[in-house]
Amino acid sequence: MREASLPRREVVSALLEDRGGLLVITGLGSPTWDAAAAGDHPLTFPLWGAMGQGAMTGLGLALAQPQRRVLVLTGDGEALMGIGALATIGVQAPANLSIVILDNARYGETGMQPSHTAFGVDLAGVATACAFPFATTVTARAELPALRERVHSLPGPNLVVVKVRPEKLPLVLPPRDGVLLRDRFREALLGPG
Amino acid sequence: MSGPQTSSALDWSREAYRAFSDHRIRLVSYVPDAGLKRLIELCQGDAGMRAVPLTTEEEGVGLAMGAWLGGEKSALLLQSSGVGNLVNVLGALRECRLPFLMVVTMRGEEGEFNRWQVPMGRAAPAVLEGMGVRVVRVEEAEEVGPALRQALTRAFEGGQAVALLLAQSLIGIKSFQEQANR
Repeated sequence: MREASLPRREVVSALLEDRGGLLVITGLGSPTWDAAAAGDHPLTFPLWGAMGQGAMTGLGLALAQPQRRVLVLTGDGEALMGIGALATIGVQAPANLSIVILDNARYGETGMQPSHTAFGVDLAGVATACAFPFATTVTARAELPALRERVHSLPGPNLVVVKVRPEKLPLVLPPRDGVLLRDRFREALLGPG
Repeated sequence: MSGPQTSSALDWSREAYRAFSDHRIRLVSYVPDAGLKRLIELCQGDAGMRAVPLTTEEEGVGLAMGAWLGGEKSALLLQSSGVGNLVNVLGALRECRLPFLMVVTMRGEEGEFNRWQVPMGRAAPAVLEGMGVRVVRVEEAEEVGPALRQALTRAFEGGQAVALLLAQSLIGIKSFQEQANR
């Protein structure tokens, strides 16, 4: 296994800065705080529950909005819980969907217990085996501009595992009322009504 | 396969498909069940619908959430054992008051030939109701179309999660051999 290396919030900022029309789903839990730290946005839908459904929520959105770019920003634990979704997404193959897994090899919200990726489970390898046309693992800062280009403009479905440090960071929480989050997302995307 | 597959004169699968079509359901996700075979095939054959096979039923909840956020309506097809696979994620539908429609073919009822299907089949309605899903049960083929149309309206106009349960007697499979031949 390659060494964990990158500060996660730097990675998320690099992806979400000047985000244009990007639609974002964040998985429970640290990726949700990372996205909030980069700036709350109506077109970010944070999942406060439904662990394992980040990628599938992104698939539903990508199929409903084929002209928009969709990013699922999640963690290794959340992705592992919904690992079958990678097979489902491989079959549907939406070109506008990217999944970025911030992999600290830990369950960061529950006491930093090691996840399966700490023992060599390779989520990019799983995505390749699930017929993703692009899947890779990023470990170095120098790779971030290419990752940003991949997420914002290159055809997918893309899956990129970013190895990040197992660090405890100050909580930055987005709104948590589900109806508010739903309504502001739909209004920003579809207009009023 | 053409024509109705149950003893009923009425082709309830076609009525269900027509209800989906009239309500502009664009995504139909499913974990297959022999009783849903014809409905799945009708949806697969419609260029205006995308049929999405799932590895497990809870994926259909994530898909429906994302689709609705993106302005599209979807439906999930499953058998009653699958109800047990999606329990926790139903909580997100409730918190966000998201519309959701599922059609559940029941097992573990009259005519069941596999006793391992009985526990989840019996528990399915209570489990769904416990998670805030409105449960509507249909016993007769003639009721499927009207009940599904009403369920679709309740879901997408009324902003509710609704499950339409189709009784095992309606599906009418009585043995492993019959299921294999379907």
